[in-house]
Amino acid sequence: MSKTLFDKLGGEKAVDAAVDIFYRKVLSDDRINKFFADVDMDKQAAKQKAFLTLAFGGPSNYSGKDMRVGHAQLVKIGLNDTHFDAVVENLGATLKELHVPDELIAEAAQLAESTRNDVLGR
Amino acid sequence: MPVITFQGAQYTCHGNETVTDCLERHGVSVATSCRSGICQTCLMRAVSGQPPYVAQKGLKPSLQDNNYFLPCVCTPTGDLTVALPGDKVLQRIPATVILKDHLNTGIIRLRLRPEQPFEFRAGQFINVCRETDGEVRSYSIASLPQYHEAIEIHVRRVSNGRVSTWLHDHVLPGERLLIEGPHGECCYMPDNRQQGLLLIGTGCGLSPLYGVLRDALDHGHAGPILLFHGSSSHDGLYLVDELRHLAEAHANFRYIPCVSAEPARTGYAGGRAEQVALQSVKSLAGMRVYLCGHPDMVKDTKRKAFLAGASLQEIHADPFITTHKTPLIDKQATAG
Ligand code: HEM
Repeated sequence: MSKTLFDKLGGEKAVDAAVDIFYRKVLSDDRINKFFADVDMDKQAAKQKAFLTLAFGGPSNYSGKDMRVGHAQLVKIGLNDTHFDAVVENLGATLKELHVPDELIAEAAQLAESTRNDVLGR
Repeated sequence: MPVITFQGAQYTCHGNETVTDCLERHGVSVATSCRSGICQTCLMRAVSGQPPYVAQKGLKPSLQDNNYFLPCVCTPTGDLTVALPGDKVLQRIPATVILKDHLNTGIIRLRLRPEQPFEFRAGQFINVCRETDGEVRSYSIASLPQYHEAIEIHVRRVSNGRVSTWLHDHVLPGERLLIEGPHGECCYMPDNRQQGLLLIGTGCGLSPLYGVLRDALDHGHAGPILLFHGSSSHDGLYLVDELRHLAEAHANFRYIPCVSAEPARTGYAGGRAEQVALQSVKSLAGMRVYLCGHPDMVKDTKRKAFLAGASLQEIHADPFITTHKTPLIDKQATAG
C-alpha cells in the first residue's frame, strides 16, 4: 500500500500542529466565519481535527453520507462553492505556514476537493 | 473479560469491543459522534480502573489526570467503572458547614468539611444537594486541599434561585449538607512553571480562579500570572484586599480589578474584565488561559483568546456552565 498523505505529512502530530492554525484562519475569515458562530469552541476544535485528518487522508470513520448529513444544515443556510473554496484556501495557507512542500499541499487540496459534492449536498 | 460498570449495572466486554460498542450491544444508549476518538462527544470518566492510554490521547492533560477518557476508542484491559461527566453515580457524602460569611452584599462564602475522605483540587467543582427536594447546584472550589481541610465555595444570591437563596437565608454553621464530586478540570497544572497564566473572571467566577491562583503560587509558579476580576460595580468585587496582598508578596503576580458600570476609582481598571485583559495582553501565544464567570463572557472570550494566539488546548473554562445546562446551576456565575 502506498503511503497516505496523512503519513507523508507526519501523521497525527501534523494534524495537531495544523488544528490551531487552520481554525484561527477559518474564524478570522469573514467569508465563512458566520457558519462557525454558534458552535462550541472545544467541540469545534475536535471537529476541526476530524476535518483535517479526513483532508489528509488519515484514518477516519466518516463516510460521504456523514459529510452530507453533517453539512446539511449549513447548505440550508446558504453554504456554496465559494465557501468551499475559501476553506480549501485556508487549508492550503495553513500547510504553507507549516512548510509543507507544494506537491503535498496540492494533494491535500485534491483530497478535500473529492468531498465537495457531499459537503454541498449535491 | 473486562467488566464495565455503568449507572449501577454491569456489562461484560467481548473480544476487542470498545466501551461504547459494549454498552450499545447491551441496549444502553450513549451519545457518540465521530466514533474515532476525536470529537469528544462521548467523553466519560473512569471512576475506578485505568483506561488505556489511547483512550485519553488528545484530551487536555487536566482531563487525563482526572481519568476522563473516550469510550469509543477504549478497549478496556481491565474492569472499569465509568460515569458520564455530569453523572450522579458518585456517592453523595455529608459535609458540615463550618463557616459562613459575606464576601460582599450578594455573595457568601461557605466552608464545608466533608465527613468522609474527599479528594479534590482547587478549581474543580462540587454539586451541593438539598436533601428535602433533591435540588442540586454546582459550585466551584476556591480552597487548596493541601492547606484547608475544608472545601470553600462562593455562592451568589440568585433572585428566585432555589438553592442559592436557601444557602444564603437558611443554612447555618454546624448544619450538614450533601455534596457530590468533585468534577471539572479548571485546575492549575504544574507541568510548565515558566508559562504565563491569564485568569479572567466575572462575579463569583473568581471562586475557582482564586483557587487556581493560590495553587499556582503554592507550587512556586515562576511565569507571570495575571488576574482580571470584573463586576459592574466596585461593590460587586470581593477579596480585593487579599488579592492585593498576594500581588505585593509575589512579584510575578498582578491583580487587576475591573468595574464596567461605574467610573473606576484609583487602583481599579474601567471596563469589562475580558476587554481590559485582552487590551493589556496583546499576544496570548504560549499562555494558559482560565475563564470563569458569565457563560456568555466565557464563550465569547474563548474565541477572542484563541484568535489572540492562545492554543485551544490551553484555554480552560469553568466547565459546569456548558456541561449541564439550566437545571443544575442557578446561573451561578452570572456577573454581579
Ligand atoms: C473541504 C471539505 C470539508 C470537509 C472534509 C469537512 C469535514 C467536516 C467534518 C469531519 C465535520 C465534523 C462532523 C461531525 O462530527 O459532526 C465537519 C463539521 C462542520 N463543518 Fe465541515 N468540512 C468541509 C467543508 C466545510 C465548509 C466549506 C464549511 C463552511 C464554510 C464547513 C463547516 C462546518 C461546520 C460549521 C461544522 C460543524 C457543524 C456542527 O457542529 O454542527 N465545512 N466538517
